[in-house]
Amino acid sequence: MSDTTILSGCDSAPASEKASARPILRERGQREVFCGLTGIVWLHRKMQDAFFLVVGSRTCAHLLQSAAGVMIFAEPRFATAIMEERDLAGMVDAQDELDRVVDRLLARRPDIRTLFLVGSCPSEVIKLDLSKAAERLGKQYMPRVRILNYSGSGIETTFTQGEDACLAALVPEMPRAKSDAAKQLLIVGSLPDIVEDQFLRLFDQMGIDNVRVLPPRDSRDLPAVGPNTRYLLAQPFLSDTAMALEDRGAVRLDAMFPFGAEGTTDWLAAAAREFLVDDALFEKVTAPGRERARKAMSHLRGQLEGKRISFLPDSQLEVPLARFLTTELGMIPVEVGTPYLHRAHCARDLARIPQSARISEGQHVDRQLDRVREDRPDLTVCGLGLANPLEAEGLSTKWAIELVFSPIHGFDQAGDLAELFARPLRRRDRLEV
Amino acid sequence: MQLSVWTYEGPPHVGAMRIATAMKGLHYVLHAPQGDTYADLLFTMIERRNHRPPVTYTTFEARDLGKDTAELFQQAAREAAERFKPQAMIVGASCTAELIQDDPAGLAEAMDLPCPAIALELPSYQRKENWGAAETFYQVVRGLARRDVERAPREGRAARANILGPCALGFRHRDDLVEVRKMLAQLGVEVNLVAPLDASPADITRIGEADFNIVLYPEIADEAARWLERTFDQPAVRSVPIGVGATRAFIAEVAELAGADPTPALGDTRSRMPWWSRSVDSTYLTGKRVFIFGDATHAVAAARIARDELGFEVCGLGCYNREFARDIRAAAREHGLEPLITDDHLEVEDAIAEAAPELVLGTQMERHIAKRLGMPCAVISAPVHVQDFPARHSPQMGFEGANVIFDTWVHPLVMGLEEHLLTMFREDFEFSDDAGPSHHAAHSPAAARIPVHDELASLEEAEAAPSALDADGDDSHRWTDEAERELKKIPFFVRGKARRNTEAFAQDHDRWPIDVETLYEAKAHYAR
Repeated sequence: MSDTTILSGCDSAPASEKASARPILRERGQREVFCGLTGIVWLHRKMQDAFFLVVGSRTCAHLLQSAAGVMIFAEPRFATAIMEERDLAGMVDAQDELDRVVDRLLARRPDIRTLFLVGSCPSEVIKLDLSKAAERLGKQYMPRVRILNYSGSGIETTFTQGEDACLAALVPEMPRAKSDAAKQLLIVGSLPDIVEDQFLRLFDQMGIDNVRVLPPRDSRDLPAVGPNTRYLLAQPFLSDTAMALEDRGAVRLDAMFPFGAEGTTDWLAAAAREFLVDDALFEKVTAPGRERARKAMSHLRGQLEGKRISFLPDSQLEVPLARFLTTELGMIPVEVGTPYLHRAHCARDLARIPQSARISEGQHVDRQLDRVREDRPDLTVCGLGLANPLEAEGLSTKWAIELVFSPIHGFDQAGDLAELFARPLRRRDRLEV
Repeated sequence: MQLSVWTYEGPPHVGAMRIATAMKGLHYVLHAPQGDTYADLLFTMIERRNHRPPVTYTTFEARDLGKDTAELFQQAAREAAERFKPQAMIVGASCTAELIQDDPAGLAEAMDLPCPAIALELPSYQRKENWGAAETFYQVVRGLARRDVERAPREGRAARANILGPCALGFRHRDDLVEVRKMLAQLGVEVNLVAPLDASPADITRIGEADFNIVLYPEIADEAARWLERTFDQPAVRSVPIGVGATRAFIAEVAELAGADPTPALGDTRSRMPWWSRSVDSTYLTGKRVFIFGDATHAVAAARIARDELGFEVCGLGCYNREFARDIRAAAREHGLEPLITDDHLEVEDAIAEAAPELVLGTQMERHIAKRLGMPCAVISAPVHVQDFPARHSPQMGFEGANVIFDTWVHPLVMGLEEHLLTMFREDFEFSDDAGPSHHAAHSPAAARIPVHDELASLEEAEAAPSALDADGDDSHRWTDEAERELKKIPFFVRGKARRNTEAFAQDHDRWPIDVETLYEAKAHYAR
């Protein structure tokens, strides 16, 4: 096998053990993060026949429009049913109101095949039962429209966990795979179409032909699931979805996340081992992409090597990305903050982050900013609420949301991913004003 | 429940944030769930502020709900007082915290904080952003103004005014203030205080020392001004100086209250707009039909400019903030129109489509609507996007503001001569009815020809620029179908570049036809 797979073997001690040995700084306090509703911004582009109806307050509508920025289209596939005083004072039955809004919406939009009723902080606090509403409305609208429910509220979900909640709501709807069905590979996590196609092509070239994706582009074309299903997580923030899949018998393939040459190789290799792909074939299929990734990254290594980087918590992509920047570009992680650390899913990436790096989970934003000012990293990855203020203090930043909104997975995006981190540094050095 | 995609205003606590962020030395402790911090980026990104808004969110989570969210609130308030040492605090709840019924006011009171804490009652399910800003400003003024100030007799000293209303996230507030200060200097009026923008709580205590108030933005300052009138007997200037005529009225009103001579201010030679509007190339503007929508103050001002100073015909007038509906109704009557008072953008869209104006003046949302309908548009009011917080000086108020407005409104229109040619050569292949003004690089497709959902498709056609290699005439085998399909997956705005790069790479390395591998080889080759 290739040198990278030897690397990923690391058989001296199970990665999970090494990871659990390291201290984690856990903090609580003010958090500067998005809520799970934000996931709608990319999920509605991925599932083109789905509509996302948030049941919430004006704040929720305001958040969505702020996050979607210029994407308020003529007929967007998301909206907010804004609760008003009448709904709270019990002057009207909220369930009746919901029926009215959904009827109006579905009458206007006959193209919708799946409707997600998305819970928010206000709807969760007043205990508005959206699952009951989804069930009731589903009876009325099936088979034309499937109606599902999940919560993207800030009290329960942080940013990308909104996608987790949404996919977890799809899992019970997946058909049951026959017990004697051929072994199936399932890629879990919404990826840009171009990246998804690259992965499907690679698996195809390895001879793994029974491959499906969750979420599918067509929300009604859900893959089957059962004990014959092996799944690979494409994203690190899918703990509930993983649990729901395992409840239905699926088995996770342990791998690093597919960032860079090494991460992508490790991720592909996990599937190759499980599906008994011949080493020579695996090498033949993956070598060109790996080589291209290295070539593309080599242009940037000089700009990133030896540079110190801190991550503030945002999306749970922090640990795998810190691993990528460390082992493939020679950066030095100072603090890696994540809103939530799933130790098992991130074990292989975490094991490769040097012990000198501070891993933190949760946030007390003022204390964390004190540490950033003390550490003075060359680059701080943070949200848009903090980026300009830190720049004004003379600290270079890379805004984190772009990492969720850009194609960054796989061999052929490795150079682009490195470039996202190199660009702010290059710009800082170039500007003479 | 109201089905809504776009909201003209945020919730009322965002209005309170705008006051806190505008001021110095004031800190807002907001009882709110995780995620409500999204509002910070309105200030750091859209307005490009170089510091975090002075807001501490309690960021409670589901697991806190069964327990003591009140304790969380007190801890956040204590920490904020300790860390930021504000001169005063405002405390309140966001929409979710309103439902869990902790009482920030009572909690803060019980805490013995080292600074005054002003409690805000902002009903999130009835009211909106502007109301929240006005209420917060009023409570801050009422809570901090010292009642025992003595105004010195007027003899032998300059008149003193407060300028009220400039705020964070305000449409052109920064530059309007510069123009208003200039006018006051010409009138010999001293500025006692500008608030909330850049004022500290300590400054607010002196608010009673002024002889009168200038209400620049009624949406934000009217409530406070009425209280000041009652409490300190300060009259208020209520002419909003947007447009030449309104600016003259403003100068006259200030001069009257200050006992000053208005002549130098009225004779300001920087006022070019009247001549620009009278010069013959503006003749074609006469009677152009314009639809106006925004906050009431800006919409009413725009209608007056449109009719009296540019010679347009106002064919639609409306506002989204119900609190000021009366102003819009009065103005609409004057223009012989039915007022449009709504916060539903779909209604606004229908009204615009119905009126079929030649120019739309509105907010960011009307910009979207106009783009879809293929109409020229200029922005006159919040909510606005990042490009309407410009680096250059761009006031709306005063004589310089009128100059800015003339340029801004006329720019999206087709120029006079071009308009004539378009009518003469209707079948001309370059000049067509669908073409936009020639001084715009890109323009929207005519609504009638291209349905909305094809916007992207038309952009894709536009980017499929001929490549340098088309000259060899035979391009049938240059890209495999699969590679061509792969290329289509690249976002349209970089696809042209990807095509050119790949072909240059294929040329250099003699890799014909281009397959998917070549495409990615080239991508890696050019990565930098």
